[in-house]
Amino acid sequence: MTATLSRPTGAAAPSRGPDPRKRRLERLRLTAVVLVSLVFALPLVWMVLAAFKTNVQISNTADAVVFTPTLDNFRTVFDEGVFLPAMVNSIIVAVVSTALSALIAVPAAWAIGRFGMRRAGSWVLIARIIPAISLLVPWYYVFARLELVGGYTVLVLSHMFVSVPLITWIMIGFFEGLPVELEEAGRVDGLSAFGAFLRISLPLATAGTATACVLATVFSWNNFIFALILSDENTKTLPVALFNFISYASIDWGGLMAASTLMSVPVVLAAVFGQRYLIAGLTAGATKG
Amino acid sequence: MARTLEQENRRLKWTMIAPAVVFIGLMVVFPLAYTAWLSLTDAFGAVNADTRFLGLTNYTDALGDTRRFWPAVGRTFVFTVAAVVLELVLGMALAMLLRRPFRGMRWMRTILMVPLLATPVAVGVVWMLILDPTVGIANAILGLVGIPPQPFLGSVAQSLPTLILIDVWQWTPMMTLLLLAGLTTLPEEPEEAALVDGASAWQRFRLVTLPMLGTTIVTALVLRSVDALKTFDLIYATKGAGGGSSYEAETLNVYAYGITFDYSEYGLAAAVLVLFTVLIIGIVVVLRLRSEKAGS
Repeated sequence: MTATLSRPTGAAAPSRGPDPRKRRLERLRLTAVVLVSLVFALPLVWMVLAAFKTNVQISNTADAVVFTPTLDNFRTVFDEGVFLPAMVNSIIVAVVSTALSALIAVPAAWAIGRFGMRRAGSWVLIARIIPAISLLVPWYYVFARLELVGGYTVLVLSHMFVSVPLITWIMIGFFEGLPVELEEAGRVDGLSAFGAFLRISLPLATAGTATACVLATVFSWNNFIFALILSDENTKTLPVALFNFISYASIDWGGLMAASTLMSVPVVLAAVFGQRYLIAGLTAGATKG
Repeated sequence: MARTLEQENRRLKWTMIAPAVVFIGLMVVFPLAYTAWLSLTDAFGAVNADTRFLGLTNYTDALGDTRRFWPAVGRTFVFTVAAVVLELVLGMALAMLLRRPFRGMRWMRTILMVPLLATPVAVGVVWMLILDPTVGIANAILGLVGIPPQPFLGSVAQSLPTLILIDVWQWTPMMTLLLLAGLTTLPEEPEEAALVDGASAWQRFRLVTLPMLGTTIVTALVLRSVDALKTFDLIYATKGAGGGSSYEAETLNVYAYGITFDYSEYGLAAAVLVLFTVLIIGIVVVLRLRSEKAGS
């Protein structure tokens, strides 16, 4: 144990360790890890399996793992004519709201991180605390008068309400981590303060910006409550389409699972390829208090 | 030179932060003020119908409502406390389990990421299938170990506990990742010293690691509590309007949504929302103050 504490890499090769008790412990730990990963992975594996099953196979435990796969559920989902437009809507809203949010949140985070504007910062972050429903009625009221309800504008604005604080929150940490000297060196070389931000700090924060934008896109993709109220038949997003699928049809489990699987594809891709960065983004600020 | 630099910086920092502050101001401050105003009126029906000033009637109505308001407050507390405590305990255990590196850590992290990035409505739908009393796999598995079939979300008594467990499944990974991030920032010396002094693994965890993780734990608790108090998607997707026919899973957020958009009782809904917002802010402040007291 002493050895593994001071040399973390030593834990990776316990098989030649001298103490058999330690080896047993390590084996126990790995068994626990496998069990835990099964608990978190299996529900989603079950979803994917069910997406390729007929409704008869879904309800029959004999077909739980070994069955003849079918693509019928995916065909149903696309033939309904709701899923594809909803996916396009979700993509439009997620991309536009994230881009606009980054445009205003990244400079704000830089100012907060660089100049220690903590009070202005908490002002932006208070939006994280307030229950969204308490804003929905006034939004609905105002946007209805402006005849914007049901359009993309109002969906984008409402999703920005989530993304702006999220991106700000993540980026403050990144900018605080950059040494001030880099910008000062740029100033000496004749850059304006804004130029120093644009040419020096911003390029250095590319990884952070990308992380924040991916997370903002995912949360917009997942958002249900805003589109539930503020969209109409033509602008409704995927979660609302999925929800309508539950409430009105007699439950077609195969179709629901196929739709859920398709919705999860971008999220799983993000988790697999951006794992390290996304974890850093999600946990940003948590260790500083 | 130094003065002008200072002035330039000052002008720039306000220019950079202004768009975000104005955006949040327009999207939050005006709407909140408007909600506060609505809570004092008899707003009902169409959004642009005439309203009359009522004073605090909506508040006394809400606070005097033992049929839906207070049970919803109770469920919100039960849901939040049970879910967050379970997530903290399980998340901590999991973080300690994953603390030292092992082969496959990358995959473990990916598996942990998926539940918390997954669409809550889709998560709800998947669990509805798994827990379905007739076609679900959960009862088939319980049957293998001799436990009789359970109704889960289909019953009044089991709905809230089931929703808590689904929330725990989805958000324990978040706790784990936050705590793991905290653990990596800890110095190794205190634990090594405790080891040399002959402390057991549990003593080292309880007396050395846990106190050093204080700030991370409080931040994680605040983040998760705020989100758990506001849980809407999962409950609304699985139980529908009103949290089920006997309101068995109706939390404050679902209740406020129902009286707003299903019954158009804007005045009463606004009062409930003001009370709810005050409650959330109160909880955040209390958690923060307690942590500051503990830290000093």
